[in-house]
Amino acid sequence: MPIHEKSLIRPENLKVHDKLSIDGVDVSGHWSTFIETRVVPDYNEALEKEIAAFPGGDKIHRCFQCGSCTNACTINAIEPRFNPRYWIYLIRMGMEQELLRDKDIIWQCVSCHKCTNICPRSVEPEGVMKATALWLEEKGYTPESPSHVFDKEFSRQVFERGKIEDTEVLHSFLVKTKQPLLQDWLVAIMWGIAKRVPVKWGLKTALAQVFKPRTRSWKKARAAIEDYIYEEGEARKEKLSRSRAKQPHLEAAE
Amino acid sequence: MVDLTEKIMKYREVAYYSGCALEGSGNGYDVSTRAIAKSLGLHLKDVTNWNCCGAMEVKNIEPKLQTYLSSRVLSNAVNLDGADVVMAPCNGCYHNLKKAEYDLTHDPKSQETVDRLSAKAGHEPYKAGQAETIHALDWIKKTIGEEGLKERTKGKLAGLKVANYYGCMYVRPRHIFPEKDKGPGSESTNRPHFMDDLLAAAGAENVEFPLKTACCGGAHTLSDSDTSTKLVLNILQAAEASGADVIATECPTCHSGLEMHQVRAEKRFGRKTRVKMLYFTQLLGLALGISPRKLGIHTNISDSSELLREKRLA
Ligand code: SF4
Ligand code: SF4
Repeated sequence: MPIHEKSLIRPENLKVHDKLSIDGVDVSGHWSTFIETRVVPDYNEALEKEIAAFPGGDKIHRCFQCGSCTNACTINAIEPRFNPRYWIYLIRMGMEQELLRDKDIIWQCVSCHKCTNICPRSVEPEGVMKATALWLEEKGYTPESPSHVFDKEFSRQVFERGKIEDTEVLHSFLVKTKQPLLQDWLVAIMWGIAKRVPVKWGLKTALAQVFKPRTRSWKKARAAIEDYIYEEGEARKEKLSRSRAKQPHLEAAE
Repeated sequence: MVDLTEKIMKYREVAYYSGCALEGSGNGYDVSTRAIAKSLGLHLKDVTNWNCCGAMEVKNIEPKLQTYLSSRVLSNAVNLDGADVVMAPCNGCYHNLKKAEYDLTHDPKSQETVDRLSAKAGHEPYKAGQAETIHALDWIKKTIGEEGLKERTKGKLAGLKVANYYGCMYVRPRHIFPEKDKGPGSESTNRPHFMDDLLAAAGAENVEFPLKTACCGGAHTLSDSDTSTKLVLNILQAAEASGADVIATECPTCHSGLEMHQVRAEKRFGRKTRVKMLYFTQLLGLALGISPRKLGIHTNISDSSELLREKRLA
């Protein structure tokens, strides 16, 4: 397994002797670089199964580490630590502690599907990123990400009424994430439009706030959706508890 | 020959799935799509009592609910409207309907879930293969085509430099678009060109634009705004560097993302860009001699009135 050694060559794991001679040969400086031995005592053997239980994570076992996903990744290009291939590796190895070093950025995947498009093994890494972010929240390693708050708010509207309303999504999201409603840039946008649009259009938007768009006779669909969410939620809990149960040493440690 | 006309006729009357965004922030796209349909003699029949396709959010809560939501739209089009072609202008809707079609074709479990939920919800389940989903670009391409546009527009967009921006959902992941990448005449997922073709036929000068399928960060436009602003700024600057006056768009999420983060980039990072954004349907509408107002151009955030006057399009 060549690639995981990345975690061993962090500066804190490298030992360099400023002055060292071995058998009369001067190996001072980088000639004497050693990697400190390290023992990983805390493999979570169920990690892959746990993440596979979350929406989008089910194909993670297919990965053969070609690295195409990371190479194509939109976020990797602006944040080199964002590395789907590496995270998939750590998850499959069960190296939970290593994964946690990057826990705060995993939710930032923008679902551009460049990875899923290029992956030769149909892993759908985009889904794995979402599943991993959800797993981190479920375990309490990260707070609920703004992205998850948004997904929930958006989906709530869809499940309740069949349709969403733009301004309601925006408004509820800003409130739920405790952000000011009158952000400078949003205000600038509103003013820009207000100067140009006829009153009729503004009125239409305001009316949409009161008479929210909805799909007719949605009640049964809503009930079917709610049942399904409940069933899937229970099935997921069951899967998670089964994968945990296979690891008595972890249970004991908790 | 008969065959060809029949094929065209099939697309002259399609079920129209406008979707949530086109009722709200993407209203200009809806208005302009309807306006050019009228001008070109194409018939759009709104899908009866449609619902949201699940956008980019529902799948992160429950992936198969997204398949169900999209399948209900297709079911209504087929069973209530008797349609065999569904046209969706929004990249997100288009993508989801295509994804549902793919899943229902390849994954029996998805079909099972759709059948079960449809029965509970009290409507016919959608079955793979009952309808064909197309994008607004396919729709114009298949009905009027470049030749038809050339005739009708007389090159009216001449002198307008356009960067064509397709975004993510129209081309990725390629396996859900089995009709693409089929050689000459088909769309390419790597270097899409349908929008380029149509606007060139209307006289526009397409610039060499390398970021046609880059991501605008639309999924996190509000939840991770700094990232979106960075990604959008990249696209805007690349368009300007390639000499474009305007970026042509084909998706309400991309479009409002570009517009909003253009403002945000200036407010938060002091990075000003001047390039304008117009939906490709608005550009085609202008080329067909429709007034900017009837195309909803005044409801865009990006104010292109000066540019349009300068190019004698308004
Ligand atoms: S592209 Fe697919 S197979 Fe290759 S490293 Fe990424 S997930 Fe694994
Ligand atoms: S979908 Fe996410 S992980 Fe995949 S390439 Fe895009 S940003 Fe990267």
